[in-house]
Amino acid sequence: MSNISRRRVLQTGLAAGAMLATKGCASAPETSTGPTVITNKIKDVTLRFIGTGVAQTQGIKEKIEEDLGFKVEMTPLSTEENNKKAITQPKQWDIFDGEYFSLPLVIPSGSIQAIDIKKIAEYDKIVPFFTTGKFDGMPVENSQGTAPYKVMYLKDKDSSEFADGQTDWATLLPFQYNADTLGWRPDLVGKEITSWAQLFDAEFKGKTSILDIPSIGIMDAAMVLEAAGLMTFGDKGNMTQEELDQVTRILIDKKKEGQFRAFWKTFDESVNLMAAGEVILQSMWSPAVTAIRARGLDCQYGPLKEGYRGWGGGVGLSKNLSGIELDAAYEYLNWMMDGWLGGFLGRQGYYSAAPENSKKFMEDYEWDFWYEGKPAAQEILDPFGTKIADAGAVRDGGAFKERVGNVVCWNSVMDEQAYLVQKWNEFIAA
Amino acid sequence: MAFWVLILGKLSEKFRPYGLVAPQLLVLLIFLVLPIALIVIVSFWQFNGYTMTPAFSFENYTSIFTARVYLDTYLNTVRFVSLVWGICLLIAYPVAYFLAFHVHRLRWQIIWFVICTIPFFTSNIIRMISWVPMLGREGLVNQALLQLNIIQQPLEKLLFSDFAVVLALVHLYVLFMVVPIFNSLMRIDRNLVTAALDLGATSFDVFKDVILPLSRPGIAIGSIFVVTLVMGEFITVRWMGGGQSSSVGYLISNQIGSLQYPLASANAVILLMVTVLFVAAILRAVDIRKQL
Repeated sequence: MSNISRRRVLQTGLAAGAMLATKGCASAPETSTGPTVITNKIKDVTLRFIGTGVAQTQGIKEKIEEDLGFKVEMTPLSTEENNKKAITQPKQWDIFDGEYFSLPLVIPSGSIQAIDIKKIAEYDKIVPFFTTGKFDGMPVENSQGTAPYKVMYLKDKDSSEFADGQTDWATLLPFQYNADTLGWRPDLVGKEITSWAQLFDAEFKGKTSILDIPSIGIMDAAMVLEAAGLMTFGDKGNMTQEELDQVTRILIDKKKEGQFRAFWKTFDESVNLMAAGEVILQSMWSPAVTAIRARGLDCQYGPLKEGYRGWGGGVGLSKNLSGIELDAAYEYLNWMMDGWLGGFLGRQGYYSAAPENSKKFMEDYEWDFWYEGKPAAQEILDPFGTKIADAGAVRDGGAFKERVGNVVCWNSVMDEQAYLVQKWNEFIAA
Repeated sequence: MAFWVLILGKLSEKFRPYGLVAPQLLVLLIFLVLPIALIVIVSFWQFNGYTMTPAFSFENYTSIFTARVYLDTYLNTVRFVSLVWGICLLIAYPVAYFLAFHVHRLRWQIIWFVICTIPFFTSNIIRMISWVPMLGREGLVNQALLQLNIIQQPLEKLLFSDFAVVLALVHLYVLFMVVPIFNSLMRIDRNLVTAALDLGATSFDVFKDVILPLSRPGIAIGSIFVVTLVMGEFITVRWMGGGQSSSVGYLISNQIGSLQYPLASANAVILLMVTVLFVAAILRAVDIRKQL
């Protein structure tokens, strides 16, 4: 055996390695069950969801499985991870539960397929600012940023361009959305908060916070700067490089002056900051306010005179869905419109895309409190049985129309997105 | 494994060493060299806002070397590293010395060691979260100082500041310094100490001329642990700094969070080189191989 050369050893090794590698590939599961077998097979389908924590809960999973008969896997992720996974690992999920603002990034990646709205029975029940951009002439019709309507439709089934008007091909089917604003601890703030500008008040120095997700944080920052008269924007939802430079410069100055206590990335961080009294005024999400109240602390989530920053979430279908799995996905979409889910989320303060359907699944006093802005006729509980509000309490900001109608900007992906992220990182690193 | 031994047996004397190192080499190639090579390749790619395109462009590197923020962040990271390293050494050396020279029974050495590792019984995240009620504005430390009338206003700088970051990092990594130093102290032949004392050295001389030089490899190994760990830190910096202080690792994690893989890769490559430089400097100062 002494005539074996070193090269020979290497070659054998490489060949063995290659053999092992190819063997690994071949043993991958053969997933393509042909479209021919439809008889009762839907029970064998498993739909894998990815989404932010809100709708990725056990209660919802169980209800879907009970009503529709197929299996569901849910993976709750942070906003950033969710978008990242949607774009870079399209084979790892079947249904994307994400936000409209992520679409300018997700659609070009080609990982979702258009939803055929002809297959959605109650599509016309959806709140019109999603489907037509209209809402009784309220300010939301002229809102800035990545408003859902702007990215709602694709030009065609296989197009990756957004359509200007209504088409038969939707990107996401909406199911939850809300109007965000500043939240504060009335016991520690000691005065009325009426404007976004107050985030920069000197008396709250070292006690404020802003969220550290570029596409959302920049909009809150823009609301503050505009309200404080520190700068004006051509279009907050689509800033120029110069505008981004200026925003970042002002934010960095404020940071160096010590205006902010901390920055938060996830919902529970914002809850902890506020519950511990580290931060008394900050940009917030509504369930965080509920969570703080559930701890017995007072927290207000106020209507501000400049209006709200809106966000909209919906579900999209993976490009890889076909046959029976695609049928199951459409069944899910129709189930989603039916109202149970809207009622479930409504009891946590989120709005349903088809409110009139959700109404069927809410008690009258719940509907009055969450949607009509009326005083609670009795104690308000969330779906998990925790008390949210005492009898007589009124929802901050009032009725559905008042809140959503006054959304003036949305979470945004801008033309200068890469530059925005770079400048935002500079702000955080400064 | 058995298969490999069989092959080794068939190899001639001359090639047997190659056969012996092959498995290790393969593991290193697949799990170390290959990933790093991929990172280096991606660091030259371009990013257009949502996806990356293969290219050979120095854009990422030029942006890192021209933007002020990167320099500041690297300097800040180095500052964290030197502070944490210095404090860890100051704490770890006496602890290791005590364990090695003043605790004579093996059983007690083990017990003390287990006590040293108690902070590691809980997860990193939990340890960091528990700093908040400790250091916060209404936390234990502030409450105590206020009660004792030492301060009139709560100290804001205890939490979400560089102080908090360094404190948490020292708490996390000091054991990585204790263990190697303890190890090298234990290897010192006690007869050397006796001999030095017999020859009239004071106990300070013994420490300075015998123990300290002989424990240098331990210090070097501990330093390598601490420096490399702190260089790549991001989660502690994020939690304890509250987003107020930054490090290169945190910067990279932010860039990955917004899909900017090429830029993050370029940063990772530079960070790796800086870290390797640090390690090289340590190894140059102390020849670990010779002294072990």
